[in-house]
Amino acid sequence: MGKLKTFYQKYGMLLVLVAMVIIISILEPNFMQVTNLMNVLKQISVYAIIGYGVTFIIITTGIDLGLGAYMALAGVIAAYIAQSASTPGVVSVLAGAATGIVIGLVNGLIISISKIPPFIVTLGMTTITRGMALLLTDGKPVSRLNESFRWWGGGRFLGIPTPIVWLIVITFISWVLLDHMKFGRYTRAIGGNEKAAVISGINIMKYKVLIYTFSGLCCGLAGVILAARVASGSPSAAQGYELDAIAGSVIGGTSMMGGTGSIFGVFIGAMVIGVLNSGLNMLGVSSYWQDIVKGVIIIAAVIVDERKKRAKI
Amino acid sequence: MADEYILKADNITVQFPGVKALDNVQLHIRKGTVHALMGENGAGKSTLMKCLIGINHPDEGGTILFKGENLKLSSPHDALSRGIAMIHQELSPIPEMTVTENIYLGRETMNGPFVNRKADIARTRALLERLNIRVSATEQMKNLSMANTQMVEIAKAISYDADLVIMDEPTSAITEVEVKHLFQMIENMKAQGISIIYITHKMDEVFAIADDITVLRDGQFIATMPAAELDKDKLINLMVGRTLTDIFQKKKAEIGEPILSIRNFTRKKEFRNVSFDVHRGEIVGMAGLMGAGRSELMMSLFGVTKHETGEVYLHGKKVEIRSPKDAIQHKMAFLTEDRKLTGLYLILSVQENITMASIDQFCGNGLIQHRKIKETCETEIGKFNIRTPSINQRVELLSGGNQQKVLLSRWMLTDPDVLILDEPTRGIDIGAKSEIYRLMSDLAQQGKAIIMISSELPEIIGLSDRVVVMHEGKVTGILDAAEATQERLLSYAAGESDDYRGM
Repeated sequence: MGKLKTFYQKYGMLLVLVAMVIIISILEPNFMQVTNLMNVLKQISVYAIIGYGVTFIIITTGIDLGLGAYMALAGVIAAYIAQSASTPGVVSVLAGAATGIVIGLVNGLIISISKIPPFIVTLGMTTITRGMALLLTDGKPVSRLNESFRWWGGGRFLGIPTPIVWLIVITFISWVLLDHMKFGRYTRAIGGNEKAAVISGINIMKYKVLIYTFSGLCCGLAGVILAARVASGSPSAAQGYELDAIAGSVIGGTSMMGGTGSIFGVFIGAMVIGVLNSGLNMLGVSSYWQDIVKGVIIIAAVIVDERKKRAKI
Repeated sequence: MADEYILKADNITVQFPGVKALDNVQLHIRKGTVHALMGENGAGKSTLMKCLIGINHPDEGGTILFKGENLKLSSPHDALSRGIAMIHQELSPIPEMTVTENIYLGRETMNGPFVNRKADIARTRALLERLNIRVSATEQMKNLSMANTQMVEIAKAISYDADLVIMDEPTSAITEVEVKHLFQMIENMKAQGISIIYITHKMDEVFAIADDITVLRDGQFIATMPAAELDKDKLINLMVGRTLTDIFQKKKAEIGEPILSIRNFTRKKEFRNVSFDVHRGEIVGMAGLMGAGRSELMMSLFGVTKHETGEVYLHGKKVEIRSPKDAIQHKMAFLTEDRKLTGLYLILSVQENITMASIDQFCGNGLIQHRKIKETCETEIGKFNIRTPSINQRVELLSGGNQQKVLLSRWMLTDPDVLILDEPTRGIDIGAKSEIYRLMSDLAQQGKAIIMISSELPEIIGLSDRVVVMHEGKVTGILDAAEATQERLLSYAAGESDDYRGM
């Protein structure tokens, strides 16, 4: 009984995912084709990557509303550099990553020093970064990007599409950070009981800054991947991506009350959203309905999470 | 001499806005002993302890010598690394983390950049085994019982190689058997040369475990004596230091007709067949041990929880109270036990807190009349003697006693007939206490019917016209003021009497 319960708590969303895949493939046999599954993975790649970053933030009971806007700014800056045919793509990638790091660092510093709620700080940062992206590009997409840069989002590495390689690498790094390093442990400590964490001698400020910076880095890379994949850096790219990322994280069991979350869970959460998007598309369900279904699933996931919590008290 | 004392604190003075919490206090702890720190609520025990762990800082002139060295602490973590650990009454584990992760939080074994879990689990197991604590090192804290959580906290303190461990009411939430285990552990710690400061209200424990006793009263040092030279009466005398009639000056109130009557009130898991009356102008004390069902009964009476069977009569008429809103409409008021959790809006101002339950009085045409609020609140602040710089002060910045007066004032604006007070003087200092007593006595004189739950027997005896005693959900006795002695109340509270037959 106890074991079954833990199993359900740990893998419940995985079962939901499997059920969804089975139902969709019965209705639409083409869904299970390798190319389509690859497509789903490619699509969720950026959602999952920014989802990992924001998961650390959510575990500390914080939030970041600007993920999509940071992606756009990073993508635009990377694309600018990639317009010159002679610059290697990796320079663009590093520039995009650095953009994300700077944004995250600023967020982290403001939040930990001023004690202003993350909701407000990141809300401000959203419009600042989106505005900067528009200012830099005069509102127009940056295109005609060199081949070397486009490979980072549209090429293949050892036969695997690069977004999927990114996904694998960042998933692994995030998992190590959360489950095997002090970084992750202190993230959970801050979210679980900030006062106790202080008494244990944890430098809360430092870790909050690092956590927001890591999330910024994830956004920077995701912005680069997106720009390279579609071969254009658009200032209006990635609108609303933060919602899917946060939703994926919460569906994957990250608690908005802080203290818990797992990278495996976030991956499953992102898959649920990806499978839902792709499956509903293939079944010809209108995108308006897709939004409604997604919203219902998010709320349901949070209700389940609350229940789990309450049952214990 | 230098070796005999592990800690010598002298001339410790701590001032908070409006209150001198500690006035020239001293505390000398001998090495390898259990030192009980005694005193009423508000005597300054926790303030003194907070000086020892770096949360409070004594004023100039105070010195703390620890292991012969001058101690200046910047934070609890600083204190820990110097060898002083405190186990707080409200334990503060991180519930989602495991026992191991909690104990070694901030001190993980590292393997390059990675946390070496296996090593941490191994040293946790060794630690738990050494202390004879039967808890799995990999269990999540949220799955542990109170007692085990406590044991883990103690293990954590010991894992810092602390020389001085402060235990703040460690037995308040654990059973008798677990207390025995705790005492054994304390003996073990003593044998290893660790000194312990033990804070408790339980007399039996003090004499069972303490070597020395220091008594504080109203922020002042009263005495330090070997436990062997004291007995219970002498100790109480040192702690209270005055006769009870000084504090409780109850005025004579005209006792009139019954205002509230409850009959056969039952909510099976909490209380059963409770019946009593409260008359106009009367203060009825509710005595009993923790968990006797007194607060639960009041919660049901006030409509917070549902009772299963039984009736409530107000002014002789049967009423149905299904929610706190119903109760307020029937002119009842309820000052809850935990004012911070369930009473105050901590971040709101004094005036918002005072007017929250009676805001309708201050609305004209749907708009809030700020001038009227200001006038009323200023009168209230005078009437209840609430010490605050202005009506716009945030209520969390007030002292506990003043916060309690804000709540009393809030409820009095609703003009209740029945006033329920659950532990009205918990955690407030003696001066504010006697003011609350005076206010209660005034309210009774004005013809209110008052029910007061209290765990402090002197308070019950000093204020009540009648006392209802409960034990495990049942009323075991109803006594008049004249019959209510400490001994009788205690024996009823322990369930030792069954001669009570209802009304």
